[in-house]
Amino acid sequence: MSASEIIQQETPDISAERDVGNFSYKTEYDFNAGKGLTEATIDYICDAKKEPDWIREFRKKALKIYNDKPMPGSWASPDLANIDMDRISFYMAKGRQTRSWDEVPQDIKDTFERLGVPEKERAFLAGVEAQFDSESSYSNMKEELTKQGVIFVTSSEGLMKYPEIFRKWFGKVIPIGDNKYSALNSAVFSGGSFIYIPKGVKLKQPLQAYFRINAEEMGQFERTLIIADEGSEMMYMEGCTAPQYETSALHSAVVELVALKGAKIQYVTVQNWSNNVFNLVTKRGIAMEDAEVRWIDCNIGSRLTMKYPAVVLRGERARGEVLSIALANDGQHQDTGSKMIHAADHTTSNIISKSISIGTGRSTYRGMVQIPRHLKHCKNNTECDALLINTNSRTDTYPAIVVRGEGNSVQHEASVSKVSEEQIFYMRQRGIPENEAMSLAVNGFVNDLMREFPMEYSVELRRLIDLEMEGSVG
Amino acid sequence: MSLVSDSVFEAHLASFVGMPEWLIEMKREAWTRYKALPMPVRKSEAWRFATTDNLVLDGFSHEPLTEMPEQCERPLVNCGGCLDFADDVYVGGKALDETLSAKGVIFMPLDRALREHSELVRAHLFERMPDLGSEKFQALHVALFSTGVFLYVPRGVHVELPLAGMHEALRDGDSVFPHTLVVADEGASVTMFDVYRSRDDAAKNFVCAAADVYAMPGANVRYRMVQAWSQTSLAFHLNSTTADKGSAVDSITINLGGAHIRGEQHGRIVGRGGDVRMHSLSLAGGDQEIDQRTLQTHGAEDGHSDLLYKNVLMGKAHTIFSGMIHVDADAQRTDAYQTNRNLLLSPDAEADSLPGLEILANDVKCSHGTSTGQLDETQLFYLLARGIPRRKAQELMVFGFFEEVLARFGNEDLAGYVRGLLTGSFSL
Repeated sequence: MSASEIIQQETPDISAERDVGNFSYKTEYDFNAGKGLTEATIDYICDAKKEPDWIREFRKKALKIYNDKPMPGSWASPDLANIDMDRISFYMAKGRQTRSWDEVPQDIKDTFERLGVPEKERAFLAGVEAQFDSESSYSNMKEELTKQGVIFVTSSEGLMKYPEIFRKWFGKVIPIGDNKYSALNSAVFSGGSFIYIPKGVKLKQPLQAYFRINAEEMGQFERTLIIADEGSEMMYMEGCTAPQYETSALHSAVVELVALKGAKIQYVTVQNWSNNVFNLVTKRGIAMEDAEVRWIDCNIGSRLTMKYPAVVLRGERARGEVLSIALANDGQHQDTGSKMIHAADHTTSNIISKSISIGTGRSTYRGMVQIPRHLKHCKNNTECDALLINTNSRTDTYPAIVVRGEGNSVQHEASVSKVSEEQIFYMRQRGIPENEAMSLAVNGFVNDLMREFPMEYSVELRRLIDLEMEGSVG
Repeated sequence: MSLVSDSVFEAHLASFVGMPEWLIEMKREAWTRYKALPMPVRKSEAWRFATTDNLVLDGFSHEPLTEMPEQCERPLVNCGGCLDFADDVYVGGKALDETLSAKGVIFMPLDRALREHSELVRAHLFERMPDLGSEKFQALHVALFSTGVFLYVPRGVHVELPLAGMHEALRDGDSVFPHTLVVADEGASVTMFDVYRSRDDAAKNFVCAAADVYAMPGANVRYRMVQAWSQTSLAFHLNSTTADKGSAVDSITINLGGAHIRGEQHGRIVGRGGDVRMHSLSLAGGDQEIDQRTLQTHGAEDGHSDLLYKNVLMGKAHTIFSGMIHVDADAQRTDAYQTNRNLLLSPDAEADSLPGLEILANDVKCSHGTSTGQLDETQLFYLLARGIPRRKAQELMVFGFFEEVLARFGNEDLAGYVRGLLTGSFSL
């Protein structure tokens, strides 16, 4: 069979391959706010979490903004209309979280054991936080970090215990009304991490979070706030999974990063939600003088992902970067991209996005680069490359670039192609079977970005890509 | 009299004598559509970044000329024929070479063509419009156009010398609706050159122009336009090109004048192996806003399209380039490219760029690139080191930036004429 014939073939259903993370537990919840979203839901969450009044007010204000804001306009996927908010559970949680692995209930432990989360973390990582539906179920951090003053707790604990740091930045990088889904998150958020890295502390190992949706028709709304004080450095990694249910789930997170003068934050995401999860996430970092914020983002799962990590370059010589890999298989739409808002002189930003569309998958790059008046010597570089595997695959690119000021330069390049038949032919001549050759070519396409991921993630990514590719050829 | 009143439209119809019934019907329907459609708003994607609150037509009039104006100066001595218009009235020109008329080439004012070649015109008039956001103004153009250029080149005929159209607005407050329709039949080839300008540079004009080019299978059309409207004018240029099987349409747009220019250019490939090229060069200064929207639609296999839009910005100028490449699911083996280059010569200028791709086929080669920046310091240094004064060096470099588009004219007379206009408008 020639390469072109193989490429023309319909992609068979490969959902069976997804069983790796596809299991759920019958589990009793201590708290359950029921389905649907009203003021009563918010009161229930506040009462259950024993939150202070300012948070209750914040949530209610957010609910009003959420209700008032129209749905995203015609630019967004019409699939958004299929989220049935009345059937979503907004808060489900077990009792208190635990600090020691031994105290974690056996059923949740089994879930994480099967996912291979804890062993790895205990061996390699500085801290772990695992979120099961609405609340985190396990959280741990190496003692020496605590001694250095590093704070790594859930966002609820953060707002209760460290209000003086928390309140200063909470909701400031991403205001409630930024978009409809940031308002939704602000109304019903629970779980997520609050991290503070003190001045000059450089973490050698990453902090990690693991998110899992277990219940059917569950909405997960974690809220993460990371503050890296002057001269500090940190890396944060998150992974996401959910079991396959008949009905869809919603994940709508808000992640705010603050890199103060000279600080560096790297935020790594490997998103592998099952393909009935709506993943609508708002992520934004603010970089002060000489600071750096990097988003390393990989989207493989979900039904519809809408996520455009942003960096506001607030201080001189600040640097922002987004490295993104998206893989859209049958029935999936990966609508990803990036925003770079330059707000000081001599700031630089870099966006590299690679997407692969397989079968009827659709990948979209949406970008915004803004250099306003009065700024000098800012630079942006954007590259987006798309690879189309089958004849019915689709890709779109919609960047928006606004440049004013003096000595600023911006360049943007995008390309779309398929895997070259010569490449496949070359490999087949050397005895490599068609599907392996295809897989190799795709891996080659994302290879330079893959190197930016931490080792254990890039291994997992390669494996996931191979898995997704398996059905598309041969 | 306000431009948007029914009495203006009725007066226009009354003056439009001897026209076929289908056209009157078409105009009435367009007038109704014009009134029904909403004004563009900045919030819509098709008007993103654009100014929409100055699209006010109240101050403009549309009144017939009372006396024949003097002939204007011709852009080209060496042309195969020229049609001159002032305020949408044909005022003279240079007759088409007899050998060409003998071969069946038709080159005449559109109103005359509507009377003498009604069916030929009808086959393509408003068959395809750009539809890139100015639908309301497309309707206004259909309702109020009176004449313009009609060019038909029969099967297999090659027209060597370029044919020219000269479209002028005469008086302050005048509104004009020039139309150009170019049809190149199978295997034909021709170059059409339109010049648009205000005769009085202090006059304020409203312009709603359209130019549609149709290349039948195997035809080869080069379309060039220069607009040099007065610095206070509001102008729409709503153009389209259509390339059928194995044909090629190459267009170049030069923007010099206008306070607010909205340019739309939709290149469609409707037959296998069609080739559409779109180029533009805009020199924007003062408070000028040049808002250009493009679409390259690949509706057939093996098509090729290439776009190059270059802007030079001075003063507080604002340019918008919004371009899309759309490849249909069955348009396999498409090659499509899109490039936008913005040169900022002033810290107060703003260049917005919205390049886009929508690819539904998989066997394609598509790319777009956009860059915005200043003159390269090392290149400037090279010239300074050789004793060339800074101002002169900058000028040389800007003209180097222009040349990439001028080189694609493929006709030294036309390129020379445009180079002269650019030199006149450009000063650092």
